[in-house]
Amino acid sequence: MDASHEPEGVSHPDHYILNMGPQHPSMHGVLRLRLEMLGEQIIEAEPIIGYAHRAHEKMAENRNYLMFLPNTSRVDYLSGMIYNIGYCQAVEKVLDIEVPERAQYIRVIACELNRISSHLLWIGTYVMDIGGLTPFLYCWDDREQILDLLDRVTGSRLTYCYGRFGGLTADVDDVFVDGTRRFIDRMRTRLVEYDKLVRQNVIFIERSAEVGVIDQDTCRRYGVTGPTLRAAGVAYDVRKAEPYGIYDRFEFAIPTTTAGDCLARYDVRIREIEESLKIVEQAVRGLPAGPIMPEKPKKKFKPPEGESYFAVEAARGHFGMYLVSDASETPFKLKLRTPSFSNLSSMPAVLRDTMVADTIAIVGSIDIVLPEIDR
Amino acid sequence: MSPLPETLVEKVGDDTLGVLLGVAGVMVLLTINALFLVWLERKVSAWIQRRMGPTEVGPFGAFQTIADMVKLLTKQLITPRHVDKPLYHLAPLVVFVPVVAAAALFPFSQDLVLLDLDIGLVLVFAFGGLSFIGIFMAGWGSNNKYALLGAMRSVAQNISYEIPLILSALSVVLMASTMDHGMVENGQPVDVNGLSFAHLAALQDDKGFWFILLQPVAGVIYFIAALAETNRAPFDIPEAESELIAGFHTEYSGMRFALFFFAEYSNVFIVAMVATVLFLGGWSGPLLPGPVWFFLKVYALVGLTMWVRWTFPRLRFDQLMSFCWAFLIPLSILNLLVTAFIARVV
Repeated sequence: MDASHEPEGVSHPDHYILNMGPQHPSMHGVLRLRLEMLGEQIIEAEPIIGYAHRAHEKMAENRNYLMFLPNTSRVDYLSGMIYNIGYCQAVEKVLDIEVPERAQYIRVIACELNRISSHLLWIGTYVMDIGGLTPFLYCWDDREQILDLLDRVTGSRLTYCYGRFGGLTADVDDVFVDGTRRFIDRMRTRLVEYDKLVRQNVIFIERSAEVGVIDQDTCRRYGVTGPTLRAAGVAYDVRKAEPYGIYDRFEFAIPTTTAGDCLARYDVRIREIEESLKIVEQAVRGLPAGPIMPEKPKKKFKPPEGESYFAVEAARGHFGMYLVSDASETPFKLKLRTPSFSNLSSMPAVLRDTMVADTIAIVGSIDIVLPEIDR
Repeated sequence: MSPLPETLVEKVGDDTLGVLLGVAGVMVLLTINALFLVWLERKVSAWIQRRMGPTEVGPFGAFQTIADMVKLLTKQLITPRHVDKPLYHLAPLVVFVPVVAAAALFPFSQDLVLLDLDIGLVLVFAFGGLSFIGIFMAGWGSNNKYALLGAMRSVAQNISYEIPLILSALSVVLMASTMDHGMVENGQPVDVNGLSFAHLAALQDDKGFWFILLQPVAGVIYFIAALAETNRAPFDIPEAESELIAGFHTEYSGMRFALFFFAEYSNVFIVAMVATVLFLGGWSGPLLPGPVWFFLKVYALVGLTMWVRWTFPRLRFDQLMSFCWAFLIPLSILNLLVTAFIARVV
């Protein structure tokens, strides 16, 4: 090594810069972390984003409301259903469209299944980040069941375009309903297995407990939402705080813990899977017959001039859509408030003085999806 | 009265020929073993993860690793521009050669001993110590921060875990050296040399029990420390792919990478052989011939390391070190003291 080479941009001559990403095996897409380090210790961490920027917000301004639908599930490809249907609900709010009962129930089932699949993927990748390779494939297996179910109805496995303003593109059949019931039973036994395979493992606990504590204060300062916020002890969930759709009809709890560390975030997500299963179970039981679209669906429309904000609880937290209309066929502005962006912004404060191995665990534990951050 | 095994060199009666035969035999054994272990690892991991593993090339995908080796052999050797060339080129060899040398010292059965040295055990640990100099050369020479981090972790880890490894082996040596026995060599009674693998194996064969029964604590310590010595999960922090990409061999590809890979699997094989001789009685066992027992035990241990690797997450670096210094080393010292006390007094 060339000893005369002076490191640039470090606060102390002993420090050095480690560039982690955008191509790194566990950087979840294309996140780049610029780490100022002392040995194995992180002095400063700076996330550098923008590698997956596709200008979704700008695209929204150049096409009519309906044509933006396929974009929504590509913003966060892991909870695409929630985003897609959330966007439909945001536009329905502006236009004041009544959604048929059956469509409302199917939307809840689809969104909660999507949430479970997103959380399952997180469990797999998080444990992989701390070195356990096997749970990943178990989670993948379970997630596959959900993808198969949704694929049957929507025609896609990941980037769904299932919602329409006022309803849905396709109705569900008995095979889907039976399959969903079977999945609920299967998933409940599998959660017991995860508990044995992952949660009770000594090394897993050692690596997760008291690592990357994000307290309530930090959460509030950076606008951290979702399981990360609930793991810090704040029972904030859009489904309860400002119920949208028909979420007020279901019985479910908002799991919280107070530790705020990686282990707490794991526990919260596992319990959220349980709660989502409960919601799906109730929705399947109460699924009414009837149409899934209004009699006269609106295809071309000009919303009245004005602005509105609508938020849903995505798998990663509070997903908000700020819609400004200038009474034309295209939105004047569609601002997407994505949870991962705010969650990631807390990282410099949290990562300070941790070890390299913890960095991976902590960044993994807040469950970021880069395309959602860059949009 | 059981005779000590004759070594290959003694049998052939010609030093040069015997050594050549032995080296050729060891090379063939290690190559086949590495190919087999890579296949076994894939199948075991597939089995644990409920996948199929390789199925296409040959029966049960058995020739998949041969296909992979052909691929690695024919790949272009890329030397990154920024590396320290002498270190970078030399490192794979420095890792690889001691492994081959160490493998020559094991008694595979009563009739199959290549070389029996008085200091076999010491030599194996010394060769083990050499290979991580190679790892550090690779990390330093690569001129890559990830590689350097991996190499530094490797050195710290290997130096630390060598202590409990050797202390636990020493307990067995101490115990064996003070045992009553009736071993003969060339018709003459001899003292047991606890550092010679052939002596240890012959002693257990003679007594009819395995040393793991007398030294269970040392056995467990040895197994844990050996996992760390061979950089296997959950102690695989020098390569920790989710943190350091590929650790010390990030910049290596093609056959150079294959040499590291080869050395890793051969190292696993060697520590399993040491454990077999020290704790599991070497070739001793009923009915089946000696080599079969020997390799059964070795591969059972290797299988155990694979099982551990595919079920456990990875420890953090500081946890790894404190586990070693605060738990394993005191325990192995205590074990050694108790052994010494019993061997002297009782």
